[in-house]
Amino acid sequence: MLFFSFFKTLVDQEVTVELKNDIEIKGTLKSVDQYLNLKLDNISCVNESKYPHLQSVKNLFIRGSTVRYVHMSPNSVDCTLLQDASRREAMVQSAK
Amino acid sequence: MSTVRTEQQQQEPLDLIRFQLDEFVLVKLRGAREMKGRLQGYDSHCNMVLSEAQEFIYSEGDEEPTVKKTEMVFVRGDSVILISPIAE
Repeated sequence: MLFFSFFKTLVDQEVTVELKNDIEIKGTLKSVDQYLNLKLDNISCVNESKYPHLQSVKNLFIRGSTVRYVHMSPNSVDCTLLQDASRREAMVQSAK
Repeated sequence: MSTVRTEQQQQEPLDLIRFQLDEFVLVKLRGAREMKGRLQGYDSHCNMVLSEAQEFIYSEGDEEPTVKKTEMVFVRGDSVILISPIAE
């Protein structure tokens, strides 16, 4: 659940999602769920000339399993908090 | 299983990754890709967040990989093959 919470802190921020089929979509993160499915608004394709099929799409849902990377601004991430949360999650996991 | 945690707790493979938090790691990924970066967070699926990251994409025929720099990136765990500490 760590990254579910992490993505919730990124809601309303600009992110770039790279999919496993190499399409890169830039947009405002609108919502996220436990599978890390994403909803993006105001999207634009980064490599549009290569993949023109999303030109008229303004918002979309991305199935979490198709995501390769999500790029974000470093200013929107509290690194110390994320590291501590990871350690805490590891403790919980190993106690199971 | 006992709930008492002793000093000699069985180490799990992911503990190696826990010790790498805030250190540089090399992550080998599906699709002939590698990512080097500072580990900021991970979970049991090997989802992770790397900062100051460099992505290396190896393509057939090319000697040198394509390098892409990224300040902060989330990597989905299902693409991960291995994670290795980078010796300083």
